[in-house]
Amino acid sequence: MEESKPRLLTVLDVFTVALFLIATYMVFFYAPQEAVMGDVQRVFYFHVATGWVGMLGFIGAAVAGIIYLIKKDRKWDIVGLAAVEIGIVFIFINIVTGAIWARPIWNTWWTWDPRLTTATVMLLIYLAYLMLRQGIEDPDRRARFGAVYAIVGSLSVPLTYFSARIFRTIHPIVIGSGDPSATGSFDMSPLMTQTFMFSLLTFTFIFIDLFWHRIRLGRKADHVEQLRLQTME
Amino acid sequence: MTVERESSYLASEKNAGKVASFLRAMGAVVWKDLSAELRSRELISAMLVFALLVIMIFNFALDLDPATRRDPTITAGVLWVIFVFAGTLGLNRSMAVEKDRGCMDGLLLAPVDRSSIYFGKALGNLIFMLMVEIIVLPIYSVLYNVNLLNLGLLVVILLGSIGYVAVGTLLAAMAVQARTRDILLPILLFPVVLPVILAAVKASTGFLDGSEMELIRPWLNLLIVYDIIFSAVAFMVFDYVVEE
Amino acid sequence: MSQSEIFVLPSPRAPQLRSSLAMIKVRKLVKRFGLKTVLRGMDFSVERGEFVALLGPNGAGKTTFLRILASLSRPSMGGVNIAGYRLPDQAAAVRRRLGVVSHLPLLYGDLTSEENLRFYGRMYGVQDLPARVAEVLELVGLTPRRRDLVRTFSRGMQQRLAIGRAVLHDPDVMLFDEPHTGLDQDASAMLDTVLREVAARGRTVVMTSHDLARAADLASRFDVISRGVITASVHSDEIETNNLLAFYRQAIQSS
Repeated sequence: MEESKPRLLTVLDVFTVALFLIATYMVFFYAPQEAVMGDVQRVFYFHVATGWVGMLGFIGAAVAGIIYLIKKDRKWDIVGLAAVEIGIVFIFINIVTGAIWARPIWNTWWTWDPRLTTATVMLLIYLAYLMLRQGIEDPDRRARFGAVYAIVGSLSVPLTYFSARIFRTIHPIVIGSGDPSATGSFDMSPLMTQTFMFSLLTFTFIFIDLFWHRIRLGRKADHVEQLRLQTME
Repeated sequence: MTVERESSYLASEKNAGKVASFLRAMGAVVWKDLSAELRSRELISAMLVFALLVIMIFNFALDLDPATRRDPTITAGVLWVIFVFAGTLGLNRSMAVEKDRGCMDGLLLAPVDRSSIYFGKALGNLIFMLMVEIIVLPIYSVLYNVNLLNLGLLVVILLGSIGYVAVGTLLAAMAVQARTRDILLPILLFPVVLPVILAAVKASTGFLDGSEMELIRPWLNLLIVYDIIFSAVAFMVFDYVVEE
Repeated sequence: MSQSEIFVLPSPRAPQLRSSLAMIKVRKLVKRFGLKTVLRGMDFSVERGEFVALLGPNGAGKTTFLRILASLSRPSMGGVNIAGYRLPDQAAAVRRRLGVVSHLPLLYGDLTSEENLRFYGRMYGVQDLPARVAEVLELVGLTPRRRDLVRTFSRGMQQRLAIGRAVLHDPDVMLFDEPHTGLDQDASAMLDTVLREVAARGRTVVMTSHDLARAADLASRFDVISRGVITASVHSDEIETNNLLAFYRQAIQSS
């Protein structure tokens, strides 16, 4: 059970930090200033990247939930919880950065646009997931309920998105064919695209790195609990 | 050839028996909830009084003048807020009854498919919710002087309630098993059930407005999709919510 | 239906074809809650018609063990076999042959005693239900209160009705989890009469208890469970009732 930190994880830590520094540099100095919106557009790179990680967390939690229900292995409960905890932080950053960008561009911190609504609902489902777990003592039941709720939540989120989407949206869709009339929409220059792609890559690595750390932490916590139970006897 | 036909006949016979026992158990659960409620009237009266209070609060909070009262958007919104809140009350109560004297264990000890228990509870909850809605509609009509007698609206209310109860029954079964059971259900339920509420409000507004069917249909479709998806998911995962 | 007919109770037990005498067979049963191990490789076997009292201190795993036998909780490891069927894969078949009485009555307060039994009868698919309900109400002595709400019943009456609920489908195996909890002397004595009657019909019974005196009156075998294993077992004809306490103490300490 006793394990030291794997070499690969240390390498990944260093690599991720390096990626993050480069990405930050690219956002501020490599990518050109956007003509209409100015510097505030630079929020976009990390904004989308954090949203991406939040979504990864959500999908990860649902998949871990399904596997847990089939295999009943505690490992997958730890994975699901890790995914939610990381997702919650990044979705929160995503919402905040979005608000910072929206204030000058849309002239408001917040609108009930489909993407904003969906991000908020995702955050609320994450929070509900944590509160559900907190209310249950029996670890097996906690794991089962967490898994079920993650699955139900992951099905509801896309439906929220579609239902909110039937309204007309003002959120720019930069990637894919969006409505060019959306306020704050812009075309990416090649340098912007490179920065954007690099940010996505960086945050994916941040996700993997944190995920790994959090799962390790969960297993260590289990180990401590086991030792505690042994000494109690 | 004959043997094959015979065995397939036997298999279908066995399946028919399974379906019959499923329906019998589901019916028993519904019958039990209805007769207990018919006697005590605790659940429905609580939901109704609560609904009336919400109507009153909205009247004063929004200071509804005669013109806005007839605004279909306001009407649909207020109606669904009433249904959602009153519904939570009912869901919580209906599951607490099972937990009180250990009845949930009694249900689980019976040699029946667990999903028949889920569908029995869900159907009971749906009946309670529809009863409250049927009573609230004319009261609302009288108090706010709007005509809510609209077949389309009734269909939306039915579809919306099905989706709400399908998820609500599943989540209530989890919530009652938690330490924080009284406060947990709305927190778990509302973010998940949001698409239903959104679609139901929009479709209700559409029907009250006399909008074209073309504008309403996407919302109705969404409601139907939601109802199907979540009934199916609840059917699949209910076992994990009640077993140990 | 006349009184005399009602008292001719049990439908005769169906002839058994299975050769093995063991009604309950548990091998190397392990149950964990998260990381906590409650049952540690328990072996347990009960023959047809035996009345086994499971004794043990609080937290020894009695209730956990009974919940596993009742198919309410899944074993983490090991095999459980009841009336020739495996748990948990053949749970439905086991449940059909199982009657469970716990310290909670598992009854609905807003239904009458008759309605409660009728409900459970439907869940079990009991044939000729109204007659069977009347029969069972007579057995547990609640016929005069058949139209009263269970909410208005005393603990003792609720517990007797709970036994009625458990025997409704004429089970082969009965599990009692601390049935005397919260009952006063008279109610306990009355409960014992019903328990004995239920057991006397050739049923196999497992009862958990921490009340040695009550258990001594009822059981034909005493098993002591401590720290998740059976540490001692003795038949009632091998031990004087007076020595039971000493036997119990020793079994607890030796673990």
